[in-house]
Parts: sequence; structure tokens; C-alpha cells
Amino acid sequence: MRLKYFLLLLLFPLACLPVSGAADPQELDMDEYLYGHIRDAYEWHITTVNGHPVSIPLPVILYSKASGWHCFSSRHLEGGESWQGFFIAPAGEKYENKIVERGPGGDLVRPLDFSITKNVLGLMFNCTLLLVIVLGCARWYRRHDAREEVPSGGVGLMEMLVTMVEDDIIKDCVGEDYKRYSPYLLTAFFFIFLNNLMGIVPFFPGGANITGNIAVTLVLAMFTFFAVNLFGNRHYWKDILWPDVPTWLKVPVPLMPVIEIIGMFTKPFSLMVRLFANILAGHLMILGVVAVIFLTAELGTAINAGLSAVAICLGVFMDILELLVAFIQAYVFTMLSAVFIGLSRQHPEKEINTD
Amino acid sequence: MSLITPDFGLLVWMTLIFSIVLFILAKWGFPMITRSVRERAERISASIRKAKEAEDALRNLAEQQARLVESAKAEQLRILQEAAASRDALIEQAKAQAQDEAGKILSRAREEIAAEKETALREIRSLVADLSVDVAEKVLREELSAEGRQEAYIGRLVDELTAVQTGGDPKN
Repeated sequence: MRLKYFLLLLLFPLACLPVSGAADPQELDMDEYLYGHIRDAYEWHITTVNGHPVSIPLPVILYSKASGWHCFSSRHLEGGESWQGFFIAPAGEKYENKIVERGPGGDLVRPLDFSITKNVLGLMFNCTLLLVIVLGCARWYRRHDAREEVPSGGVGLMEMLVTMVEDDIIKDCVGEDYKRYSPYLLTAFFFIFLNNLMGIVPFFPGGANITGNIAVTLVLAMFTFFAVNLFGNRHYWKDILWPDVPTWLKVPVPLMPVIEIIGMFTKPFSLMVRLFANILAGHLMILGVVAVIFLTAELGTAINAGLSAVAICLGVFMDILELLVAFIQAYVFTMLSAVFIGLSRQHPEKEINTD
Repeated sequence: MSLITPDFGLLVWMTLIFSIVLFILAKWGFPMITRSVRERAERISASIRKAKEAEDALRNLAEQQARLVESAKAEQLRILQEAAASRDALIEQAKAQAQDEAGKILSRAREEIAAEKETALREIRSLVADLSVDVAEKVLREELSAEGRQEAYIGRLVDELTAVQTGGDPKN
């Protein structure tokens, strides 16, 4: 019975949507709808009520070569307005949807932009949440004797996840001195996992497409790159600069070393692109499925209701799939980082035998 | 496409925020949890090992106890047997000694009896001799109270003596 009411409740907004669509026939701008949800923004758009956007204005921090530092609210830039000479570049222009100013020659110039954008705010919120969760767990261990007691509830769940990541990924992939890397890899895992999860939450504190942003995944990949290359041992560097291949592949033309050096960069690059593309694709899929409801609004109530039901079922399926992907991508990123770190710390058997 | 060009501002913020998060969690967050879990795992395995050791010790103790009981029983049996044997030996010895003693006493008694008998015999003999001498004296005195008879007697005695001297000693 309860389930039936729940489904009715789910369908209730559908009954209203075609009516409102018919009353206010506006074309759904598909590009704006899709990219508006997945790209970064200077304000946090929450919803639109009666054609008026409800959004949280965020601070804009700029450094212009011409006029120095600027700091103002993004409210002043709403609707393409200009403030202190800065405006958001309209679609179709260079630097679209980014804050620009007019240079001396009249062309668009991009100032250094340190604005607290939607993604930065989401990042701050999620990281605060992560700190609260993990430090809260750590506090339990500080207050209790973990040798005598076992945590229950949330702390127990976190312990299970931490133990799983450490035992299954870090210990197996990194090798003997895994304890040195386990804080970084655990942080990366929980950072990605929490940001992925918060990205699926469709309303305010969540919904920012953080791990589906290439700047975020680039930084994560850079951390792994440094963890691999700053602490790599001599076997790692020997494998890159003088690998175990026939000498003619190395000496006149350093073919293999060049390939290995390219490999140093392709590994983190693949990490960056994999996480970015997976999360972005997941968001686009969910947005696309939900868009079906609005796109079919003009086709009549019956078709709209039928396709909406299909879209909701698909949407639920996609959301559950995204929960899985959120975990898998965090797992894969951590595991591959651990494998790359493990490769930079290996002591090959053959090497030891010939020494 | 702005999607695949990393934004400089976000890059800076992300680096800053992630560095701070990493620093805090690597210092106060995860090591605390992983260390505690590791300690607990060590404690559990140590406890299991100790329990196994205790079990082994207990089993050893039980075995030792059983062995002790068994050896005590054997000892008891041995002691009992020894006691019985020594008791028998003692009795035998005592019996032999008693017999010996009895024999000695008997033989001594016999000897004493023999000696007594001899003395008695000797006394009797001397008494008899005395008595016979007295009787003979009395008889003789009675006999010889008459004159004729004295002479007749003397004559007979002389006859006898001479008979003894002539025919009584054929070996000479």
C-alpha cells in the first residue's frame, strides 16, 4: 500500500508538468539545459520559479593585468550585465560563459579568475563533509580503546570501507611500504567517492559536477604523478631510462626510453580522463533521461505521461547505476594509483639475483 | 569546448583544498583509524594464538595429570607388593627364628634334663649304695650276732673270694 502511494506521489508532478508546459510554451534549450548542469558557473542556480531564477550569488575574485584585483558578487553579472568592466562572455564568443573584459584593442581578454564558483563551493562543502566524517571517526578511535571495542553504525561503516580499501587495494598493489602511501590513497578514495555521491544528489549542497570537471581530475592525477615520480626508487628510473630490451632499441635512437617517458605522463593522463569522462557521461545520461519528460511535453498528455513513466524508471535505474559508478570510479582511481606507486617501488627478482 | 580545458581558477582552488584535506586527513584522520584497526587485528590474532597455547597447555596438563595418576597407581601397586613380600619375608624369618630358638631351647632343655637325670641317677646310685651298705651292715650285724654263723659266713666269704681269684679271672 505504502509503495502504491509513493508511486502516485512520484507521478503527481508529471500530471502538473504538461499543464504548465502548455500554459507557458517555451522551447527547451537542450544545450543550455545539459551544459548548464554539468559545467561550472559563477552562481549556484537552484531552481526557477515562474520564470525567475532562484540562485545563490557567489563571490567573484579577479586579477586583471590592467586594473588589478577585483572582488564582487556574481549577482552584478546576472543576465549578461557588465560590472567594473567585466562581463560573462556570451555563447558563441571566445571564452563563452567565462568572465572577460575588453582589452585595449577591443578584443576579449580573460583575467586571472579565482572566483568561488559553483564547483569551488561544492568542493569546499564536500571537503568539509569529508573532514567531519573522517575526523569524527578518528575521534571515536581516540576516545575508545579499539582493541577492546568495535564501532557500530556510521563509524563501523567507515571502518569497513577504510579496511576494505587498505587491505584489498593499497596493501596488495603498493607492496611492502604501503603504510607510507595509505593516507594519500585513502584520502583520494574517499574524496572521489564522496564527490561522486554528492554529484548525484540533485539539489543544493550536491549537484555540482565536481569529479566530472577536468580541472579537479587533473589535480588528482597530478598528486598521483608526484607520488609515483618523487618517491620512485632506482629500479623504477632504470626501467624508464635503460629498460631491459635489446640494446639497438636504446642506443643510437633512444626509442624505448622515449616511450617510457611518454608512459610516465600517459598513466596520470588516463587517470584524469577516465574519472572525468565516466562521471561526466553519467551526469549527461541522467540529464538526458530526465529531459525526455520536458521534450515530450508538447506531444500531448498521454504520450508525455507514458514517456515520463519510462523516463522515471530509466532515471531510477541510471541513478542506481551512478551509485555503482561512483564507487567503482573511486575504487579504480585508487587502485590504479596504488598500482603505479607499487611499480615505482618494486624490487624485481632478477635485479636482486644479478647484483 | 570549455569542458575539456581545465579552468585555471578551479585548478588553483582544487590544489589548495585537496592539499589541505590531504594534510589534515593524513595527519589526524586515516592513520588513527588504520592504526587502531591494525592494533585490533594484531590483538585478535595474538588472542587466538594465546587461546591455542592455553588449550595446548591444558591438554598437556591433563596428559601430565593422567600420566601422574598412572605412575602413582603403579607406585602404589609396587609398594603394596613390596610390603606384602617383605611382610611374608618377615613372617618367614620370624618363623625360622622362632623355630631355631625353639629348637635351641628344646635341645638345651634336653641337655639339662639329661644332666639332671644323670645327677639324679648318680645321687640315687650313691643313695642306693649307701642304703645297701647300711642294709648289708644291718643284715650282717643281724646274721653275725650268733657265733657259729660268724665263722660260717667268714668261711663262705673266703670261699667265694678264692673262687673269684682262681676261676673268676680267666683272662689272667
